[in-house]
Amino acid sequence: MQLAFFLKDRRWLWMAFLAVLLPLGARAEDMTIEIVGGGSNQHAIAVVPFKSETSGVNEALTPTIKNDLSLSGVFRMVPTEGVANVPFSAADVKYPLWQAAGAQLVAVGSVVPTGGQFRISFALQDVAQKKTLTSGQFTVGADRARDVAHTIANMIYEAITGQKGIFNTRIVYVQKMGSEYHLQVADVDGGRARTVLRSKEPIISPSWSPDGNKLAYVSFETKKPVVWVQDLATGQRRMVANFKGSNSAPAWSPDGTHLAVTLTTSGNSQVYIVPANGGSPRRLTHSSAIDTEPTWSPDGGSILFVSDRAGGPQIYRIAANGGEPQRLTYAGSYNVSPKVSPDGKSFTYIRREGGRFRVMIQTFGNNDSRVLSDGSYNERPSYAPNGQLVLYASDQGGKSVLYAATTDGGSRVKLAVINGSVQDPAWGPSSNP
Amino acid sequence: MNWKQLALGAATVLALAACSSTKPMDPAATAPVASGSGANSGATAGAQQGGAVDPLNDPNSQLAKRNVYFDFDSSSVRSSEKPTVEAHAAYLAAHPDRKLQVQGNTDSRGSREYNLALGQRRAESVKNAMQVLGAKDSQIEAISYGKEKPKSNGSSDADYAENRRDDIVYQGQ
Repeated sequence: MQLAFFLKDRRWLWMAFLAVLLPLGARAEDMTIEIVGGGSNQHAIAVVPFKSETSGVNEALTPTIKNDLSLSGVFRMVPTEGVANVPFSAADVKYPLWQAAGAQLVAVGSVVPTGGQFRISFALQDVAQKKTLTSGQFTVGADRARDVAHTIANMIYEAITGQKGIFNTRIVYVQKMGSEYHLQVADVDGGRARTVLRSKEPIISPSWSPDGNKLAYVSFETKKPVVWVQDLATGQRRMVANFKGSNSAPAWSPDGTHLAVTLTTSGNSQVYIVPANGGSPRRLTHSSAIDTEPTWSPDGGSILFVSDRAGGPQIYRIAANGGEPQRLTYAGSYNVSPKVSPDGKSFTYIRREGGRFRVMIQTFGNNDSRVLSDGSYNERPSYAPNGQLVLYASDQGGKSVLYAATTDGGSRVKLAVINGSVQDPAWGPSSNP
Repeated sequence: MNWKQLALGAATVLALAACSSTKPMDPAATAPVASGSGANSGATAGAQQGGAVDPLNDPNSQLAKRNVYFDFDSSSVRSSEKPTVEAHAAYLAAHPDRKLQVQGNTDSRGSREYNLALGQRRAESVKNAMQVLGAKDSQIEAISYGKEKPKSNGSSDADYAENRRDDIVYQGQ
């Protein structure tokens, strides 16, 4: 079905191109990016390998830039091989040749050693207008090439879409490696993955602090679910909810001072608020049913959660200081795992429908919802900080893989996982290291 | 052989006997006892009640059953499972110093956190039943593993049924 779509759309051409190109550009990490859907409004960009990018700095920039732009879903890569022009600066660009190659945009750049560091220059050229849309210069150490590549991708993305780029963001996920659970933090493209916690017992529900410096998660290492908070820089961690029964589903308040969690001290799963450093919980929901999976609105004023008080699990909203919850989902008998968009106008969640678990997006104030995912089993969607993409885990033939889908439903990108299975992803806040 | 050792009447020997007698029965359910065959944990679990073997370690006792199974989408203790719950409740009532965890589990589809809550509901259900039957709240902790520790990894109805269960785990075992 998808193949037919691509054949009809002739997108197989650039699919085939990417299939060849990406393994060459791939780094040693576990994930590579593969486009599995394409929007109709993609900008055709040629990213010319930067001058001297394979010598000096510790990794070439343009593979990362191309991966990032592909991941956004709003660009498609125009092959640079075979074009009789290899420009490294704006002045070198022969526009008619790039126009003939189908490029609307050309990115060029160079890497020049300077006093023990490297000066990285780049420019984005508009082919039709023959002018520079954005450009930049960075003088950095050899080990910062990857950060600069992400920054350049951000600049290109922002110049074209007017939206903030997300390529300096990170993601967290749990990777099952044999009998071990690894809590992994990686660049959004899967690069620089590192293990921040390793356990023989399950780790679930990682959640980013708003400043991106800490993670809250549920670990079963003490033979029961306990909520921990871990500082990413120091590795120090502490239990913040370890009450009798189960402690789970941590979600940070937007100001970083509190966590919404699910506790069972009342004899059923209910939502509580605890200080992020630990302390006395304040009960937020009061039902005899299951109330869980809390998540805050960006203004901190309300909390969405899942409750089966009306039978099956549905999504509700409650004021952060308590009160009567309001039901938000009515279509479908199983709606779970909500997250509010950064602009506070919509929310994403999982709906079970005819045996499929679909990623949905729904606007507050009406019951209209649409499907973002393909495939039959998906879990735990979360928004990119700019609100333009949703990250989720998908089961494919017994393996979980990560997808990022544009919120307009136009395009979907797969972060293909080679080793082990990946679950419980969460998109972290922007950072500029 | 066990009866011979019992006749010796020494508490330590009793404890060891209790351990070895559980070994062949159900290695999965009682593995902690087998691994604790040193005197310490054996002594805790063994010889009580003035020299009689702790029924907890009697493979022929209803107490040897440490799983409670549930119907699809249900957290009610079904009648086939009641003898197990009753036996453990009676044991707790008779042994106020003993504590256990009821660990809820679910099958593998759907939200991890919602499944954790569903498993919790199953655990609370068995905990409540045990309390009604005389066990104390302080003796039982209901927790959930949700879908994280499936006993069976397949996707047949039988696999799912195997995962819809509570495990009863005594402290110190």
